[in-house]
Amino acid sequence: MANQEELIPIYIMGKRYDVPASLTIMKAMEWAGYTLVRGVGCRGGFCGACATVYRIKDDPKLYFGLACQTVVKPEMYLGQIPFFPAKRASYDITKLEPIAATLFTTYPETLRCLGCGTCTKACPQELNVKGYMAAAMRGDITLVANMSFDCIMCGLCAARCPAEEPQYNIAILARRLYGRYLAPRSPHLAERVEEIQSGKFDAEIQNLKSLDFNALKERYSAREIEA
Amino acid sequence: MTYTPEMLENIKQVEATRSQRLHQTFPAMSLEERTKLLNTFHPDYIKESMREIRIGVEKGSRMPNELADVVEGRPHIGADFDLSQPEFETDVLIIGGGGAGASAALMAEEAGAKVTIVTKLRFGDANTMMAQGGIQAADRPNDSPAIHYLDVIGGGHFDNFPDLVEALVKDAPQVIAWLEQLGVMFDKTPDGTMMEEHGGGTSRKRMHSARDYSGAEIMRTLRDEVRNRPNITVIEFCPAVELVADKQGRVCGAVLMNLETERYFFTRAKVVILSTGGGGRLHYQGFPTTNHYGATADGIAMAYRLGAKLAFLDTMQYHPTGAAYPEQILGLLVTEKVRGLGAQPVNIKGEQFVYPLEPRDVEAAAFLRECKERHLGVVTPTGQHAVWLDTPMIDLLHEPGTIEKALPAMVRQYKRFNIDMTKVPILVYPTLHYQNGGIAINADCETNIPGLLVAGEASGGVHGRNRLMGNSLLDVCVFGRRAGLTAGRYYKDAKPGEPTLAHLETWKKQRDEAGISTPLRSPILLPDYSRKG
Repeated sequence: MANQEELIPIYIMGKRYDVPASLTIMKAMEWAGYTLVRGVGCRGGFCGACATVYRIKDDPKLYFGLACQTVVKPEMYLGQIPFFPAKRASYDITKLEPIAATLFTTYPETLRCLGCGTCTKACPQELNVKGYMAAAMRGDITLVANMSFDCIMCGLCAARCPAEEPQYNIAILARRLYGRYLAPRSPHLAERVEEIQSGKFDAEIQNLKSLDFNALKERYSAREIEA
Repeated sequence: MTYTPEMLENIKQVEATRSQRLHQTFPAMSLEERTKLLNTFHPDYIKESMREIRIGVEKGSRMPNELADVVEGRPHIGADFDLSQPEFETDVLIIGGGGAGASAALMAEEAGAKVTIVTKLRFGDANTMMAQGGIQAADRPNDSPAIHYLDVIGGGHFDNFPDLVEALVKDAPQVIAWLEQLGVMFDKTPDGTMMEEHGGGTSRKRMHSARDYSGAEIMRTLRDEVRNRPNITVIEFCPAVELVADKQGRVCGAVLMNLETERYFFTRAKVVILSTGGGGRLHYQGFPTTNHYGATADGIAMAYRLGAKLAFLDTMQYHPTGAAYPEQILGLLVTEKVRGLGAQPVNIKGEQFVYPLEPRDVEAAAFLRECKERHLGVVTPTGQHAVWLDTPMIDLLHEPGTIEKALPAMVRQYKRFNIDMTKVPILVYPTLHYQNGGIAINADCETNIPGLLVAGEASGGVHGRNRLMGNSLLDVCVFGRRAGLTAGRYYKDAKPGEPTLAHLETWKKQRDEAGISTPLRSPILLPDYSRKG
């Protein structure tokens, strides 16, 4: 299919290749002959390995996307940022408190954010990064956690930030603080863990394990399905 | 809108029957009906797609042709590779940086071990990261681990290893609690109650989720925690190419390859955990796959050369709902949570043709039948078959906005191609998703080879011949943790002897005797997608 299709020029790190117009950036690079090692991961938009920066000829604007999810455009100049050395703090989550000061002491640079919004423009997930950084500066951990939830930690925000913030690392700290300390606890879960530890289901499971094929089949077919 | 005029016309048929279908669900199949359908339409049952392995401890057992080629392949190095100067030594070497490897590392480190994770791509670039729908655990009052047990073993065609199923279902609630303590944000109602849905083949609603980033949320949290632990070292872009045992046959390290410099080197360890995942990138029968770039069955090939027993590698999972259109996302996952929330598969007449939540193998086979035998599927401009998945139903069944809130990754994926799945249905077709079997393990993740533990998709037994949705994220956590605990007990007394690659001599002899001269280098490490010429 790809062979009969219209070819368009793209520039991979400055070098011109003519590639089928329907391909994603990642597949276009492979079509051009590259065997990818860096800048490729899940190929499905979840891992953030293929963060890509591009420009279109004569257009001064920088654009951002995931190579596995973005279709090529004519006269696209592209470069990948498979690794960016953003700061990551080390911490013991069990010893932290879910309060504003934790964000500020773990990442003092949080308060340096200029609110310029360059991060938001760079986010391939179209998250409101500037917005969650504003929430971080107010110490609103719950809001940071929820606003940043769809982050794939590709690092493009940090790569573009004039204040040198590691936004995505600040965000995961907030999410972990929220998940561990602030999210309401499920009463059933703790009960069930205790029941299992006390051996409540052991006899029933031993019984199931001892059943022969036909008896097990019968039990399976007779299950009631919750509506 | 990216849909063709023909597709847009056909969508009217789907819309015409929607209000009537909202409160009518196609009946589920009996076990007999399932068997008949699978025998005729499931890809595993196509005889010429598999062959017998010609050498090794499982000689004569069947697996997909592409996997057999890799398993019988030619090792990267010879038995004369120099093992005298290990590059580094560690207590526990974990090969593979997905959910199982990360879970194992945390538990082994807590037991006092010095741990090293080596991973082919980046830490966390793994199928765990891509799992969307959720993780099962029987924690609601109307549910129990015993009911979960029945669902798992029936879904697996009653062939699962019972001890492994018991471990899976009994550890499940504890795993959810452990993940919460690490900071995973599960979907909850305001009072803290977990929001739980059905998955294919479940008899209770026990699918815990984190929107449709369930695996990503678990993986990034585990990864963050691993990076906080001073006694765990992570080495990226460094896959293993061979396991190394001592003269008594105990595994005592591995030969690794720096993927960027292509330099090979030896590392010593007291115990090795394989958590290398599956092999979707071998594209069995030419199927597209949901799997990440590095899913090339490396662990199976390495362990088998050393004599590891295998289980159920003649069954692969084809996820019923891979994206079938547009072409750019062909084969990518459309999470089962879409059906869990109520979307129905329908044909070109707008009719239901299967219960939406059969176990995956059955559901996939029903899609293939609808397209190939009944010719009631859509055919896209590239000739790809597909059926409709009626996503707008979800907001009608729940409340407006549910799709955007519960399935943000899916909505985003389709929006990138100008398809609004909250308003129009999407096109799906089965895609290669999961390796149901693998290296045979017991409930402590031990194999028949001393010093070698396996966890996650690389292992076999817990899912029998078919895994249910939500039991894979559970598997990687349950058995990853168990492997870490076993390693934590084992390393203290392990005194490995002199390392040797003698098994490669035996392997070469077996290949020669069987007349296997294929040059395919194994493990292959990465699929080759670059255009030649």
